[in-house]
Amino acid sequence: MYIKLTNGIVYDPVHGINGERRDIYIRDGYITRKPSSNTKIDKTYDLKNKIIMSGAIDIHTHIGGGKVNIARMMLPEDHQADLVSRTELTRSGCGYAAPSTLTAGYRYAEMGYTACFEPAMLPANARQAHMEMADTPMVDKGAYAMLGSDDFFLRMLASKKDQEAISDYVGWTINASQALGIKVVNPGGISAFKFNQRQLELDEVNQYYGTSPREILIALARAVTELGIPHPLHVHGCNLGVPGNMQTTLDTIKAVEGMRMHITHIQFHSYGTEGDKNFSSGAAEIAEAVNKNPNISIDVGQVLFGQTVTASGDSMRQYAGHWHAHPKKWVVMDIECDAGCGVVPFKYKDKNFVNALQWAIGLELFLLVDDPWRIFLTTDHPNGAPFTSYPHLIRLLMDRSFRNDMLSTINKDAAIASTLSSIDREYSLYDIAIMTRAAPARSLGLKNRGHLGSGAVADITVYSNNKDKEKMFSKPDYVFKDGEVIVRNGKITKVVQGATHTLRPEFDSGIEKSLKRYFDNYQAISLGNFKIDDDEIVEHGNGKIIVQPCT
Amino acid sequence: MVKKSNSTAAITREVTCPFCGILCDDLVIQNQNERLSILENGCPKAIAAFEGEVSVNSPKLKGKKVSLDEAINAVCQILKKSHTPLFAGLASDAGGIRQMMHLADNTGAIIDHMHGDALIRNTLVLQDLGWIMTTLSEIRNRADMIIFAGTDTTNFPRFFERVVWNKQSMFKLKNDQRQIVYIGDKLNTKPGINPNGKRPTVLNCKNEQIGEVISSLHAMVAGETINTKEIAGIKTKAVEALAEKMKSAKYGVIVWSPAELNIPHAELTIQNFCEIVKYMTRTTRFAGFSLAGNDGATTANSICAWQSGYPLRVNFNKGYPDYDAHRYSTHNVLKNKEADALLWINSFNSIVNPPRASIPSIVLGTPETKLKFKPDVFIPVSTPGVDHSGQLFRTDSVVALPLKQVRQSPYSSVDSILKQVIERM
Repeated sequence: MYIKLTNGIVYDPVHGINGERRDIYIRDGYITRKPSSNTKIDKTYDLKNKIIMSGAIDIHTHIGGGKVNIARMMLPEDHQADLVSRTELTRSGCGYAAPSTLTAGYRYAEMGYTACFEPAMLPANARQAHMEMADTPMVDKGAYAMLGSDDFFLRMLASKKDQEAISDYVGWTINASQALGIKVVNPGGISAFKFNQRQLELDEVNQYYGTSPREILIALARAVTELGIPHPLHVHGCNLGVPGNMQTTLDTIKAVEGMRMHITHIQFHSYGTEGDKNFSSGAAEIAEAVNKNPNISIDVGQVLFGQTVTASGDSMRQYAGHWHAHPKKWVVMDIECDAGCGVVPFKYKDKNFVNALQWAIGLELFLLVDDPWRIFLTTDHPNGAPFTSYPHLIRLLMDRSFRNDMLSTINKDAAIASTLSSIDREYSLYDIAIMTRAAPARSLGLKNRGHLGSGAVADITVYSNNKDKEKMFSKPDYVFKDGEVIVRNGKITKVVQGATHTLRPEFDSGIEKSLKRYFDNYQAISLGNFKIDDDEIVEHGNGKIIVQPCT
Repeated sequence: MVKKSNSTAAITREVTCPFCGILCDDLVIQNQNERLSILENGCPKAIAAFEGEVSVNSPKLKGKKVSLDEAINAVCQILKKSHTPLFAGLASDAGGIRQMMHLADNTGAIIDHMHGDALIRNTLVLQDLGWIMTTLSEIRNRADMIIFAGTDTTNFPRFFERVVWNKQSMFKLKNDQRQIVYIGDKLNTKPGINPNGKRPTVLNCKNEQIGEVISSLHAMVAGETINTKEIAGIKTKAVEALAEKMKSAKYGVIVWSPAELNIPHAELTIQNFCEIVKYMTRTTRFAGFSLAGNDGATTANSICAWQSGYPLRVNFNKGYPDYDAHRYSTHNVLKNKEADALLWINSFNSIVNPPRASIPSIVLGTPETKLKFKPDVFIPVSTPGVDHSGQLFRTDSVVALPLKQVRQSPYSSVDSILKQVIERM
């Protein structure tokens, strides 16, 4: 069966297509070359003057796993004004900052997203993360396994095990937890907090293991490289939210010695200490370092004003931040000598100096980093703002006068302290197509996604161009998933399940011998039951697994 | 996984026991002609549940035997006629609960678990204050002080064996360095004696007074003096001594069991635990730990939260989820006649039975279920983790474990029955 999308204006950065009128052909869920002239076209969509991009991809969004579920349970007040009724097609749900899984899947699809990646899957909690992702319909998903504060890894590092053994363990973890990448959060800091350390600098050691965040970063970045994991080590650095942490971030960039690294929600790590309030923007310095180091990619973690909830694996920093909880309740957990989490509701206020400057710092970063292939659009959902604010964020990037209008409403001192008003740059549709499609797909190693060339999966979003980019990106005309229309005029027309993307890096299975001994001696779960079988995702989750190749 | 040692006996290792919230997963189970015996690591609860004989039973309409097909059709008829059904019991695995949620959404049901009263004692605290919590492996390896408040873990028979008295721990914590404290009434404190004979600290008081003891400890660790000789019948000096020990603990854990704190406004006592844990964490490390999750309670609560947005006690009748921890209890819904049909699910045991209600009743129960009344529909169901594979959440709401099939069952799973109901409606 052939489907033809005709007369649309195509943005496909992978193929250098920047707003050209092109026809797109779909066959059996994939984009294909133009068939011979006598081939029957079963359905044609006339998309005259419509904008066509591949389906959007969110590289960092907390959609599944324990901490989000804690946020849901803790915050009925988040849900009560945001109730979603069931329809003939869709299930009911609710939630603004911490929506139910089904509601999150529907909302993503209705915004033109076709894939979302959970960035902080604790191996000990991976089974839940996969269950929640299986209950997130419409989109493809996947997750990065969190390492770096887990006891097994830290004792390997402390006892100077060779890199090969560490890489075997990292490879085993990816397989056992069905992950698509590796993330490290406050390297070693989650563990240090359990030993009652309250902060951890890049070169400060964990008092039990004697390991520093720098050593952890290097060991994990090497493992990711050696295993051929497409996505670089996904790093939530030390000192999140601490004024002056810009220097930590600059040092972290240097620490990996040219190895590839993705620094996530970098806005929360770009703070200086200048000014009366000892809080200032480090965006210029950070952007300069990113521009100069082609091995580095980032996502921003933009703050937008309003009530949200912060949910993070960084129990150390979340504990420190709990004094600012709004409303005044919060959760911190220590988890299985593996990791931890902290959930702190937060309200970003436009008239508050620090919050307003956080907003400006995020935008400065977007506008000062030159290469849209190395910067991805995120709010670190729900930490900076819920993902439903992406269209608003896109407008801030594409529309300078709108941005300056917003700037004039925020805290005056923050507006003065920011360089934002002097930045003229406006993102183009081509830039947006890079940062929300082509670049994240490339970064994750999803070769047949994020573009519209022959062989790509037919995940396609069609928009009506509009001067108001917020309106344009809020409500696509069509969303195709695997070649089927799933959304029409911003509303679900067909419910699909989406697949789970994983990797199967090779490793020496000899590592299981020491792991077996370790689990038997110390853990409250056996090694065999720690691992997640394909069946659990496919049979019990009604899902599908797509194994992406390692390089 | 099933290894046949001869033509009739098969042995399965690393079996997860679904019969309490700790989910021990080291059981070795032998199947001989579909009769099970636990070869290693059984506790009395597990032995009773795995080794019991499976009754012969069949689907019934008002006590009259029918085919499964007819019974499922009758379920559909009752639910179609119902304006607001109540789904209660909810003792099932992740698969069963996922289908139950779907059916509840489709039919506009009110849902509550058989341990709903216990569940909400914690939920109310989470929603009011939040907390600092920990998990089994952290306690096992890290806790140098464990305070059992109102529980002796009897309902979780292997807690001390699996978590407290270890041969080895990650951080070289020795059993003698681990202080065990009990606060409460009529507790069996023997398991708290360490393998070298060191006795635990025991503060005896009624469950209703545990909050008073904890609040006093809180005042003392915060530097206040209490000018009474006794607190809840305990010598103030003994409470002061405990406060001093708490201050020197490196990783203290307060363990409670919400079901066993069966007192009015137990959430206030749990709130006391969470407040002192937070206060202690300003200077040292402390955490709470809730012993619960029997009969799939944690599983039902977690899945309800991610699928509906709210933890348990939700009403789907308005088309969207409506959460109310009190109004939608099984007891209140039946008392206030808010439901016009009852679907009861218990796939783990025949001990907890459905309330007798004057509305059409559907019971999905184990084949051993014996009721004092004849429900409109009874369907015998298989047990997750024995008769079929699946997944369950451990008491800490963090770790979920896979369940294995160790026996062939003639009965269908809750998952498959509810799936058929959804398809036929």
